[in-house]
Amino acid sequence: MKIRKTTIIIHIIAWSAALIWILPFLSVLMTSIRPFDEVLFGWWNFAEFHPTFSNYFAAWNHRDFPLGVGIRNSFLVAIPSTFIPILVASLAAYGFARFSLPIRDYLFGSVILLMAVPQQMIAVPIFQIMSNLNLVDNYIGLILVHSAWGLAWIILFMRNFFLTLPIEVEEAAKVDGASDFEIFYKIVLPMSLPALASVAVLQFMWVWNDYFLALILIYNSGSLLATQRIPLMRGVFFVDWGVLSAASVLVMLVPVLLYAFLQRYYIRGMIGWTVKG
Amino acid sequence: MLQTVYISFFSRSGEFAGLSNYSEVLSQPEILNVGNVSQGLAQPHGLGALIHNMIWISIHLPLSLFSGLILAIILRDVKGASIIKSIIFLGMVTPMIVGGIILRFTFEQNVGIVNGVLNVLGLGQFTRSWIEDPQTALFALIFGSVWLWTGFSLIVYSAGLTTIPKEYYEAAKMDGASVFRTFFRITLPLLKPMTITVVTMTLLWELKIFDIVYSGAGPGGGFGGAANVLALQMWVWAFRAFNFNWAATVATILTALTLVVTIWMTRYMVRK
Repeated sequence: MKIRKTTIIIHIIAWSAALIWILPFLSVLMTSIRPFDEVLFGWWNFAEFHPTFSNYFAAWNHRDFPLGVGIRNSFLVAIPSTFIPILVASLAAYGFARFSLPIRDYLFGSVILLMAVPQQMIAVPIFQIMSNLNLVDNYIGLILVHSAWGLAWIILFMRNFFLTLPIEVEEAAKVDGASDFEIFYKIVLPMSLPALASVAVLQFMWVWNDYFLALILIYNSGSLLATQRIPLMRGVFFVDWGVLSAASVLVMLVPVLLYAFLQRYYIRGMIGWTVKG
Repeated sequence: MLQTVYISFFSRSGEFAGLSNYSEVLSQPEILNVGNVSQGLAQPHGLGALIHNMIWISIHLPLSLFSGLILAIILRDVKGASIIKSIIFLGMVTPMIVGGIILRFTFEQNVGIVNGVLNVLGLGQFTRSWIEDPQTALFALIFGSVWLWTGFSLIVYSAGLTTIPKEYYEAAKMDGASVFRTFFRITLPLLKPMTITVVTMTLLWELKIFDIVYSGAGPGGGFGGAANVLALQMWVWAFRAFNFNWAATVATILTALTLVVTIWMTRYMVRK
């Protein structure tokens, strides 16, 4: 009987925690699908309930900061910023894992230290370099910075993964006369697909969710990314929460869907990155 | 990076300034404003961004750590645990800039659920726009960030708990150990590596906090800068006031703080 009681209490605590955690999301979602005058005194009043998608259309085709363009722009930045660093970093990580260089350990140590550095530390020099190269307001500049920024942790992550692969397979291939690059592309990479998927999910989400780097490098109102448009849509004197919450839902949707479908890879990446790293 | 350190030692006209940028920056009310502690956060600039970051750490770190740990332990015995975990982890997936907007909305005077709950509980006189009120802005954002970040410690601890063999608990039960004794003698020590990870990552996240304040309280760090933080002040000086030298100084201070945390963690990992 006693055990039963504690089980019930535990369930109540757990599910009320879940309720508290989902309420803010729910409020944004409810506000976004209802006309604004209906939710003026709280979205939890259901006296009148007329679900509508008009807020979503309003956000997508916003007069000053259309979100549709922003989402397209975000994809234009996030996709290359995911694949470029993965390509470069997995090569580098393989090098760190399998080949010995005299200064390898120092290089590797500095990669780890780089991971901790806040983006603010590079903001001023990056801005100066990019304006000298005329790459401010240019996605190439932003993609380069994101790729460079992602390199550090991807190298660390992939190296740790490569170390767990059985070296015998590669040695056997070497005996058969395969070159180092052939081994890498034909044997190591296919074996690493799960790890690469984890990396890709995490890196894509970070780039998508990033705000700071976009803020300092993209100014032209036509090229603003999705995350940059959100605070601008708030307006100064009057906040149209309906449109704003619809925009928030749209921007959230991409990472949330990714998470929903690739949860296994995401969690594995997150844990591998922190616990073993 | 080195260039940032380099810039931080020069004055705006380009002369070598030694440490004077550091003493100037640290005496700005935006960074340190402890002269008028009695007025608290309501005075212009609050208590200064550096203190705000410290307050952030002292509230957010223990709260998110323990709620994650307790939830991870409870959820082992709960039906539908994976759904609850996914819900709590949603905050980690959300872009922080959207997170700030959601917080602003949740704490708003009329449309926010926090005030709605207060009204239902008969505490109507306390309702306010929590993030716009300089007295409460910082704390509302901090509690909101706990909501966003708890998913992290929950996931890491959940993964850690699965590595503890069930036999340990069975043995403890046979010896008649209480729930609390089991927790302090078995669970907590075995989770130490996870605790180190969570503490480090959370500290780094708290020091770098930017997006939530920017979109939640506004680019100026809230009314009168009552919720300003270091990263935000750095951006304001660099890209609003174009004082790159002061901005670089703030960035260097920020980085020094993060390096202290990282080196502490690396030393632990090496010792292990």
